Amino acid sequence: MDLTPLTIDVGVLVSKTVTSLHSHLVTRPTGRAVRLAIEAQMASTGVQSLSIIDLSDVTILDFSCADEVIAKLLQGYLEPESPEAFFMFRGVRESHRDQIQVVLERQALVAVAETDTGVRELLGVIEAYDTRVWQLLETEGPLVREDFARMFPEPILDDVLDRLRKRRIVFQNPISGRYHALSQLVDDPL
Amino acid sequence: MNVFSVPTELDYQAVDQVLDMAGQVGIEHMLFDARHVRWIDPNGMVALLAAGAVVKKQGGSPRLQLPDNSDVLGYLSRMGFFHEATGIFELLGRVPKRASRLSDVLLEITSITANADVHTVIDEVQKRAGNVLASRLGYPATSVVQFSVILSEVCQNIVEHAEGSGWVAVQAYNWTKRLGRYVVVITVMDIGRGFRHSLSAEHSARYGDRWGDSTALEAAFLHGLTRFPDSGRGQGIQQIRRQVQRWDGSITIRSGTARIAQVPEWDIADPVVDGLKSFPGAQISIILPAVK
Repeated sequence: MDLTPLTIDVGVLVSKTVTSLHSHLVTRPTGRAVRLAIEAQMASTGVQSLSIIDLSDVTILDFSCADEVIAKLLQGYLEPESPEAFFMFRGVRESHRDQIQVVLERQALVAVAETDTGVRELLGVIEAYDTRVWQLLETEGPLVREDFARMFPEPILDDVLDRLRKRRIVFQNPISGRYHALSQLVDDPL
Repeated sequence: MNVFSVPTELDYQAVDQVLDMAGQVGIEHMLFDARHVRWIDPNGMVALLAAGAVVKKQGGSPRLQLPDNSDVLGYLSRMGFFHEATGIFELLGRVPKRASRLSDVLLEITSITANADVHTVIDEVQKRAGNVLASRLGYPATSVVQFSVILSEVCQNIVEHAEGSGWVAVQAYNWTKRLGRYVVVITVMDIGRGFRHSLSAEHSARYGDRWGDSTALEAAFLHGLTRFPDSGRGQGIQQIRRQVQRWDGSITIRSGTARIAQVPEWDIADPVVDGLKSFPGAQISIILPAVK
């Protein structure tokens, strides 16, 4: 099992993909081209992967591009036959948040984001209880199920952990059974 | 020869007169007499271009008698009007030399035919809009990003839905008498197939006999319907409306024989107008006022 993070700089991809000097992430064809470029880079990874999509150099992100580069990217890897891909979006600015939130809500998706000030959070659609469980893992993890159970003794805990895992916002090591926040895998790869 | 007297004040409230006239089928030789124009805004300029382009598209020969007023002529020049108009009209009168790029214009009239044009618009606006939005409208410094997103989405509407060319222009004005504060006016017009034809194949059946220009506009404007089956589509106009509302602005879209608007308290426009004379494409006007 190799979950070494693959860092993809969207700012570089935009300038490589769009045949001009334009650097803003606007228009649907641009977004589609950038998404395909990301997917091409990911093709070399194994059946499991963790990718850091770096938006630090993106000033303007419109809704069409957010839909292509974030919502459709996530959605594509949630298909049953697709590789088990995990994503963390880095360098998310306040001016990106609205667009990302809207496109994720529209598709009922959730994503792990790291803001330009280094704060890690969930964007998109998620229950408050699920967020609390994710937050515990983010601050205390890696954790085993019993660690969660001390804080969250409710019978729905297993369902919540299963849901977080299936939505690819936490990773469960199939050997140790430990749960990892994606940010921990970035900082300390398996 | 048909002669149309262009209104002396050609702004967003007067453009219907131009579009109504030009949309009439069968006009071959049309003279747009703009000699008495004293005031014109981006909506008026782009409406003139759209009207002339429609007459030309129908096989006609549009002619434009230029304004007498030198200030108006100079402003048309600074806005890049003549660069676009020379390909559409036979211009009657002396065309002033193009002003230098260092003007007060927020975004000159820019032709939109492909996605690359949208990138160009965003690049240009990035250079100029931030200062205007902050100093004239009192918007936060970061508002240039949301402003750019609005422009991007509204221009993409031409490329993705109109299947025809269009134009965008932006300028700031001091609406002293009308509103007592500065506004930024965005106009985006095309002469493509319009909302009804764009949405017809996917959505007309469910509306039955009610299907028309106004129901198509409602479907897109209020409900976010689009011709694409992809559920990620259709959010552009919805999000533009939301941001315009946050800034207490107005947005109106005319398409075919109807117009729909999101009307703030300071405006008196009707939310829906039906029964206009048919004009191809879509004509969008956005007005963003300074914070009180």
